[in-house]
Amino acid sequence: MELMRIKDLPITADLAGFAAVVGVIALGAVAWVARGGLTRRWEHLVGLLGLWMVIVGQYMGLVSSPRERMMGEVGRILYVHVPSAWLTMLTFTFTCAFATFFLFSGKRHWDHLVEATAEVGVVLSILLQATGMLFAKPTWGVFWDWDPRLVSTTVMMLSFMGVLTLRGLLDDVDRRATWTSVGSILATTSMIVTYFSVRWWRSIHQMQSSPDTVADPMVFVLRWNAFAFLFLTVWFVVQRARLSARREALDAPPALPEEVPA
Amino acid sequence: MNDASRRRLLALGALLIGGGAVGWMSMSTMGDDLVYYMSPTELVAKGEAGRDATVRIMGLVAADSVDWRPQEQLLRFRIDDGQTTLAIEGRGAPPQMFREGIGVVVEGRLGSDQVFRSHDVLIKHDNEYQPPQEGEHPGDIYKTLAEGS
Repeated sequence: MELMRIKDLPITADLAGFAAVVGVIALGAVAWVARGGLTRRWEHLVGLLGLWMVIVGQYMGLVSSPRERMMGEVGRILYVHVPSAWLTMLTFTFTCAFATFFLFSGKRHWDHLVEATAEVGVVLSILLQATGMLFAKPTWGVFWDWDPRLVSTTVMMLSFMGVLTLRGLLDDVDRRATWTSVGSILATTSMIVTYFSVRWWRSIHQMQSSPDTVADPMVFVLRWNAFAFLFLTVWFVVQRARLSARREALDAPPALPEEVPA
Repeated sequence: MNDASRRRLLALGALLIGGGAVGWMSMSTMGDDLVYYMSPTELVAKGEAGRDATVRIMGLVAADSVDWRPQEQLLRFRIDDGQTTLAIEGRGAPPQMFREGIGVVVEGRLGSDQVFRSHDVLIKHDNEYQPPQEGEHPGDIYKTLAEGS
């Protein structure tokens, strides 16, 4: 058990895995946008796969996987809490990436994806906080405490809520897109701090688990649920981006009327 | 300046500020003064200054140290950080996962008699998730606390 904060823990393995997942999805997103991805409803297949996987995955988590040694049945919330944490961070990573793409290219579809990922990320972070509190009460003994990990997670959630609020206040389409993107890049800082909070500071929250610290049958169920959450997240993001594009088309001022001869 | 170059400039600015903030936080020693908990060794090293101030300390519950008296709702145990052992005394039942060998964060005050009077005990679980070993009954562990008293 770590007694002190550990700053110099090797993180190469997590970073490599994370970079691989990010790379694959980013390539997919770029290819999708380049081919005019909003025209075809391919995402329902991914969504159905995610739905099936989440049903099977939660059955495994709740019934067939072993109980945890110390936490007993309570430990099973891990299979919702940890995938929500991973997906919250992954989704916000994409908010930052799409925001950068938008600012450099000015292409409006990136803005739709910024809005979609920020909003889905906020929903995931609410799920993360809710399951975290339910997890904390029977294990640590409290729902909440002023701990670095819990505070930084809340700051992260509020930052992206703030970005969405800012977006809602701006009417001009170009300004809205630009400032949403700038805000998203800045808000991503809080996401990175949240990730490292358990290493930089002493916290009641444990450090990131790895396959070395988790028993094999649990690792499998965790990974399964992470992919289930990933596919569902992709479905929600694409749906939300589509909605964002439609809203913008609807809000666009009508073309100027033809000169009417007097 | 046209719109496109203004946007690019904003992007670079935001990335620099964000990256700088993260870099600074990873390097700074800010966290050294703002600690969520101290170790027993650090608290004892403070001497007089460490007494009668509300602090949190963290350590492992020492083996064979738990003394729980349900009638009086009195809980006594010792925590250990590898160097220093500190006696803890508190009222009320601890969280369910409380057991010998587990990490705890205790909030309270160190008295002049070197007994730490806690008003809150939290469990710090580590990042290991394992199925029960032979003969263990997860979820029942906390019951042994009441039985053992």
